[in-house]
Amino acid sequence: MRQGTRSWLFVAVLAGAAALMAFGPVGASGPAEAEDDKAPGRKLAQNAVKAPGGRWTTVDHSKLEALQKDFTSPEDVTAACLSCHTQAADQIHHTIHWTWLCDNCGGGAEMGKNGKTINNFCIAVPSNEPRCTSCHIGYGWKDKNFDFSANNKIDCLVCHDTTHTYEKYPAGAGNPVKEPTVFPESGKTYLPPDYKKIVAKVGKPDRVNCGTCHFYGGGGDAVKHGDLDSSMTMPKKTLDVHMDAEGLNFTCQRCHTTKDHQIAGRLYTTPAAPDRISLTEADLASKIACESCHSATPHKTDVKSNDHTDKVACQSCHIPHFARIIPTKMSWDWSTAGQMNAEGKPFKKDGPLGKPSYDTKKGDFVWEKNVEPEYRWFNGAMSHKLVTDVVDPSKVVPLNQPVGSPDDPKSRIMPFKVHRGKQPYDSVANTMVIPKLFGGKDSDAYWAKFDWKKAITAGMAYVDLPFSGDFGFLTTEYYYPTTHMVAPREQAVPCAECHSRDGRMKGVPGVYIPGRDVHATVTDLGFGASALALLGVAGHGFIRFVSRKKREKK
Amino acid sequence: MSDTTTRPMRTIYLYTRYERFWHWFQALLILLLLVTGFEVHGSISLFGFERAVNIHNFLGLTWLIAFAFFVFWVFTTGEWKQYVPTSKKMVEVVAYYAYGIFSGQPHPCPKRHDAKHNPLQRMTYLSLAAVLLPFQMVTGLLYYLYNSWTDMGITGLSLGVVAMAHLLGAFAILIFLIVHVYMTTTGHTIFAHVKAMFTGREEVEEACDVADWEKKNPA
Repeated sequence: MRQGTRSWLFVAVLAGAAALMAFGPVGASGPAEAEDDKAPGRKLAQNAVKAPGGRWTTVDHSKLEALQKDFTSPEDVTAACLSCHTQAADQIHHTIHWTWLCDNCGGGAEMGKNGKTINNFCIAVPSNEPRCTSCHIGYGWKDKNFDFSANNKIDCLVCHDTTHTYEKYPAGAGNPVKEPTVFPESGKTYLPPDYKKIVAKVGKPDRVNCGTCHFYGGGGDAVKHGDLDSSMTMPKKTLDVHMDAEGLNFTCQRCHTTKDHQIAGRLYTTPAAPDRISLTEADLASKIACESCHSATPHKTDVKSNDHTDKVACQSCHIPHFARIIPTKMSWDWSTAGQMNAEGKPFKKDGPLGKPSYDTKKGDFVWEKNVEPEYRWFNGAMSHKLVTDVVDPSKVVPLNQPVGSPDDPKSRIMPFKVHRGKQPYDSVANTMVIPKLFGGKDSDAYWAKFDWKKAITAGMAYVDLPFSGDFGFLTTEYYYPTTHMVAPREQAVPCAECHSRDGRMKGVPGVYIPGRDVHATVTDLGFGASALALLGVAGHGFIRFVSRKKREKK
Repeated sequence: MSDTTTRPMRTIYLYTRYERFWHWFQALLILLLLVTGFEVHGSISLFGFERAVNIHNFLGLTWLIAFAFFVFWVFTTGEWKQYVPTSKKMVEVVAYYAYGIFSGQPHPCPKRHDAKHNPLQRMTYLSLAAVLLPFQMVTGLLYYLYNSWTDMGITGLSLGVVAMAHLLGAFAILIFLIVHVYMTTTGHTIFAHVKAMFTGREEVEEACDVADWEKKNPA
C-alpha cells in the first residue's frame, strides 16, 4: 500500500489549496469596510464645521452695509450683490444657466432651449417665454427682445437663497410677484419675497435651490428626468446614498463641481467629463463622474464586478429603478389634445398613481413609478435634432439620442429614461415645428384657441422659420441619462436581471453577455446530441437485457 | 449481466487509492461544473446566476490545480503508458460492444493491473485527458481572464467565440459522461465496475491472459 500513503499526501495538499481558495478572499472583507468610514480627512472636516463659530465662509451677509436697506425690487438686490461680487455678472453671462445656449455643442451654436433644439414635453421655449422662463436665472425674459447683457437682470437669489422662502411666479418671465398673486393652474398663492431677510442669509446653493427648477422640469414635479424630483430634496439613504439627508448629505455641487459659476455637467453634445480620470490622477478635475471618486475598480471584494467597469456604467447596476417615490411622465400624446367635455369646456381626467391621464390643453399622459431604465451605449454625449432637421415621419424620431457604440472605448452601457410622445410636425417639409402654446386669450396660442394650425403658424413665425401650413403628428423619443437616485449596494441590480435571455440587456448590441447570448443553435444541437447519446445507451442496455433473458430461458 | 458465472474469477487490485480519489474528485468537479455552467448559460436554474458563477469559477480553478497533480502522477508512476493508443484488437473490442456482449461472449481484453484499459478505453481516455479536458480548461481560463486579455497580449479573440468553444467542450464532456456511466454497467454485474472504482479491487476472469503488448511494462 505504498501508493496509498503517497496519495494521502496529495489529498491533503489539494484540500489545503481548496480551502485557501474558498475562504481566503472571504475572510478578508468585513472589518476593512468599517475602517473606511473613519476616513481621517472627513472626520476633521466634520469637526471643523461643528466647532463653535465654525462655518465654511468668512462672511456674515447680515452684517454687510450694502444689504442694510429695504429692497423694493429684485433688481435692486442684484445691484447690491454686484457691488461686492464684482466679477459675478460677467461670470453668469457666460454660463448656459443664463444663455440657455451651448456655444460649443455644434449645430451652428443653436443647441439649447434658446436655440433650435426641441423636446417632446412642451416642445420649445420661443414664443412661450413668460411660462418657461420662470426657471431662468434672470428677471423679465418675456420675449425674444430680452437683454442678455443686462447685469441687474440676473437673479442671484433663486440659487443663493438659503431661507427657501424666495419664489418666482410660474408664469412671470422669471420675476417674483410684487403683491400676493394666485397662480390659477395650481391655486397656489405666491407672496412677495422678504428681500431683507433673504439677503441676510444668502449662501451656497443646496438641493432645494437647484431643485427649484431641476426637480420641476416640464412644468411639474418629476415630469422630466425620472431621477430628479422633489423626493431628492431630503432623500433617505435608500433613495440616494450620496444625498442621504441623514448621512453624507451631498449637495449637487459635490459632484457638479463649480468654478466661477461654471457648473460641471453634460451640455447637450458635450460630455460632462472628457476623460475617465479619478481625483488621484488630477485633484482639480471635476468630480462629475462616479469614477472621479470611486476609481475604475471600486469593488473591494468582488473582483467580477470590477471586471464590468470597462463595458457597464456604474449607474446601470446601482440605479435599479428611477422615479422610486414620485411617478414620472413616460409618455405624452399631443395628438389627442383639444377635446372638450359635455359643456364644451376644457377638462382634466385623473388617471392611476394620482396623476392626470388626460388634459385638454396637453393630450394623453402615461405616468409610471419605480421604472426600470432602458439601456444604451453612451460615451457621455447626446446628439440632438434641431427643429430645422428633416425627419422621417414613418419612423420614431429620437429628438435626442445617446451617442456611443460597443467599439468605442469611452462608451459604457448606461441606463436611460426614454420619454415617448406624439407631437406636431410640418407634413410637407417633414421638419419638426415649434407651436405657440402659452399666451393671452386673444393670442393664437394653442392653450387659448386650441387650433394647432394657428399655434404652429404663430410659433414658427416667431422664430422666423417656414411652415407649409400642413401638419401631422409623429412619434418621438427623448432620452434622459439616469444618474441620480443611486441605491445602497444591497439594492444593486442582481446579476441575473441582465444575465438572462429577456432581461435588462435585451437588445443591447455588440457585447457577449453570458446567460443572454446562448448560441441557440449550438445549444439545441448540443442537447440534441446528448439526448441521442442517452437514447443510444438506453437502447443498448435494453438489447442486453432482452438477449440475456433469452439466453437464460435456454 | 454477461454470463460469467460459469467462468472462474479472481480478484485483482486495479486502482490505487490516489487513482480512485482522483476519479471521484474529478467526477464531482465535472458534474458540478456542468450543472453550474449550464446555469450560467441560462439552460437551467438552481443556485441563481451569481452563485452559479462563483461556484463555477472556484471549481474550475480547483480542477486546474488538481489536474496538475494528476499530470504529475501519471508521468511519475509511468501510468501514462496505459494511455498510449493502439489499433490492435480495436476491431474485436468494438465488435464485442456492438453484438458480442448480447450473446454473452467474453470481453476480448480483460483487465489486469498492468493492462487496465482496452484499446477503446485507451483512445477515449487519452482523448479526454490530453485533449478534451485541457481544451475545456484552456477555454474556461480564457473566459475567466477575459478582462486581462489586453494585458496578456491577446488580440483578435472575442468572448463570444471563447464562450462557444467552452460550450462545445461542455457538450462533448456531457456526452462522454452519459456513455461512460452506461459503460460501468457492462461488467460481470451491473455495479461491478463502479464497486471497483470505490474499492480498487475488481473481479476478473481467471483463465484468459493478456497479451504482452497490452501490459504497461512489456516483458
